[in-house]
Amino acid sequence: MKKPRKKIVPVLGGELEMTVNIAGQGKPVLYLHAAGGYYWDDFLETLSDHYKVYVPHFPGTAPGRPNDIDKLDNLWDAVVAYDDLLDALGLKKIKLIGHSFGGMLAAELAAQRPKAVEKLVLMAPIGLWREDAPYTCANWCALGMDEILDVLFYDQKNPRVVRRMTPPSGKDAEALWTVNFIWTLGCTAKVIWPIPDKGLRKRIHRINAPTLVVWGENDRLIPPVYAAEFQRAIPNSEVLMLAECGHEPPLEQCATLLSRVRTFFDA
Amino acid sequence: MKIACFHLMPYRDLEPDFEKKYKSSWFSLPFDAVADRHKVAQYYNWTLDELEFAAKSGFDGVCTNEHHQNAYGFMVNPNMMGAVLARATRNTKTAIIQMGETAVFLNPPIRVAEEYAMLDSIAEGRLVAGFPVGLGGDFAYSYGMAPIEQRARYTEAHDLIKRAWTSSEQFAFNGKFYQLPMVNIWPKPVQRPHPPIWVPGNASPSTWDFVTKNDYSYCYLTYFGAKGAEHMVNGYWEKVEQAGRDRNPYRMGFLIPVGVSDTDEKAAQEYGPAAEYFYHKGLHLPEQLLLPPGHMTHASLTHLLTKRPFPPYAELKKMKYPTFNERDFVVCGSAKTVTERLIHIVKTLRVGHLMILPQFGSLSHPKTMENIERIAKSVLPHLRPIWENEGWEDRWWPEACKIEQRAAA
Repeated sequence: MKKPRKKIVPVLGGELEMTVNIAGQGKPVLYLHAAGGYYWDDFLETLSDHYKVYVPHFPGTAPGRPNDIDKLDNLWDAVVAYDDLLDALGLKKIKLIGHSFGGMLAAELAAQRPKAVEKLVLMAPIGLWREDAPYTCANWCALGMDEILDVLFYDQKNPRVVRRMTPPSGKDAEALWTVNFIWTLGCTAKVIWPIPDKGLRKRIHRINAPTLVVWGENDRLIPPVYAAEFQRAIPNSEVLMLAECGHEPPLEQCATLLSRVRTFFDA
Repeated sequence: MKIACFHLMPYRDLEPDFEKKYKSSWFSLPFDAVADRHKVAQYYNWTLDELEFAAKSGFDGVCTNEHHQNAYGFMVNPNMMGAVLARATRNTKTAIIQMGETAVFLNPPIRVAEEYAMLDSIAEGRLVAGFPVGLGGDFAYSYGMAPIEQRARYTEAHDLIKRAWTSSEQFAFNGKFYQLPMVNIWPKPVQRPHPPIWVPGNASPSTWDFVTKNDYSYCYLTYFGAKGAEHMVNGYWEKVEQAGRDRNPYRMGFLIPVGVSDTDEKAAQEYGPAAEYFYHKGLHLPEQLLLPPGHMTHASLTHLLTKRPFPPYAELKKMKYPTFNERDFVVCGSAKTVTERLIHIVKTLRVGHLMILPQFGSLSHPKTMENIERIAKSVLPHLRPIWENEGWEDRWWPEACKIEQRAAA
């Protein structure tokens, strides 16, 4: 595994510093992580063999900087911070990938700054609402760890899932891992509580990048019916529905996802 | 010292296998499947009867509190209860202690300033204004606000309310969470500059800082025993000293379930099942529902998960009455036993405001009335003089309720 280097960049006029993990060479790919936080997995590793991959920590979730979240009051602040981040990193044209919570942010960013995004991948994004398929922040914040595992994955025994979700051993190390996991959920929840329906539907038409909407057929956290919802709302979009896959396509269907994303990016 | 009667207003008739059938008695528990609406009507009236009776029997104050969407205690608007109690105790010295209406649950929170002022008017100056931060689950799940904002909202709501009470001019309030162009409340509270403020808490150091900085009285609400509380309460007293405040015991309140019977053995029979009901059914909930992500700061959460100052809720299920009683989670026994144990607790923790919970879990209305009478007759007189020889003044007690006047009467 590569060890991504960390870069600290100022945003919001210097009010906030964001921590970005960077690896690889080539055209830039910006990856926005889910509510569970930053995790360098095989998907990002392989992607960074072909592109220069940038993965920012959502403010408050970077190691040792929990209070950074105080600088964001709402979703609008967060979107502006990510918009600033593109400038701070000197990124004029990006391929953008967002997963779940990060998928919502990615959709907002692509709508806010359509000319900067040349390709967009949304993996099980939140951000839209259907009365017949309700979900709220409680769906992941009100769960115990065993329930989270149950809801997130198609196969909890998948070695990639096990690696991701096993805390380090040792009493304090395990407790601190749990603290950071819970805190990360708390920080991301700040801008979407209690229901992540914050007006994206009114802005989503501004996205003009070709968009690939990815969903796991067995996603029990965010219902797969939303794949069609995003596809209908984004003018130039297609859906990739993955079999034997829950809410975490990069962990559960890494190879299929990689091959499809690369084709999509390079087309 | 001052002794008040506290009530949670629980559902008292959950089925014996309730905790096996339902995942939680909080937030997700279906009302119609579990509750009988006529029984609920009766509970509210019993609760008021019990608190009124406590006032008549000699308790110095009556305490109500606010919780939502649960069978543990569903006094959703304590000020409605407080209004009834204020009226029922008119022309007495009973303090109306609201523990309390939770400002961050209301928008705008100025409503608390108004309701407390109105209640202090009905009570003719006998109000104690409780300022709870509020349970994380109530705030996030029942009332839909981001858990990470709770403390900042609390501080801002507090500043707004206090200014609304004390400002003689209309003002504009431009907060981060609340913006009001014209704050000019009618009425103002009878007590000047405002009613005494008590802050209930669960041993969070940030609440201690808030309390000592503002010179309020702190009330430690724990159900995990006076023995376990000692370490936490010492932490509070250290903060008090660091802040340069005196060691006035009236800075400290403590809540504890109490059951008095003829003998210790009879107490086990009378209160054992109710205590087990309280811990096994009332506190039947996955812990994370009380602590939504972000509710505790990163530092406080680290403290909680590495130090584990109280047992995980799941472990309560393994404990029975003898353990609850031995570990002072509840104090039950003969009047002599209870008196001795409470005196020890009060002195060890340096408590000036003791809040007794005479109804807990499934305890029936007649048993509760009997318990209140026994506590008032055989326990309270021995507790009341505890701090007398140290000569402290209770600066957090309404003037209209001062005990010298009671003695004169």
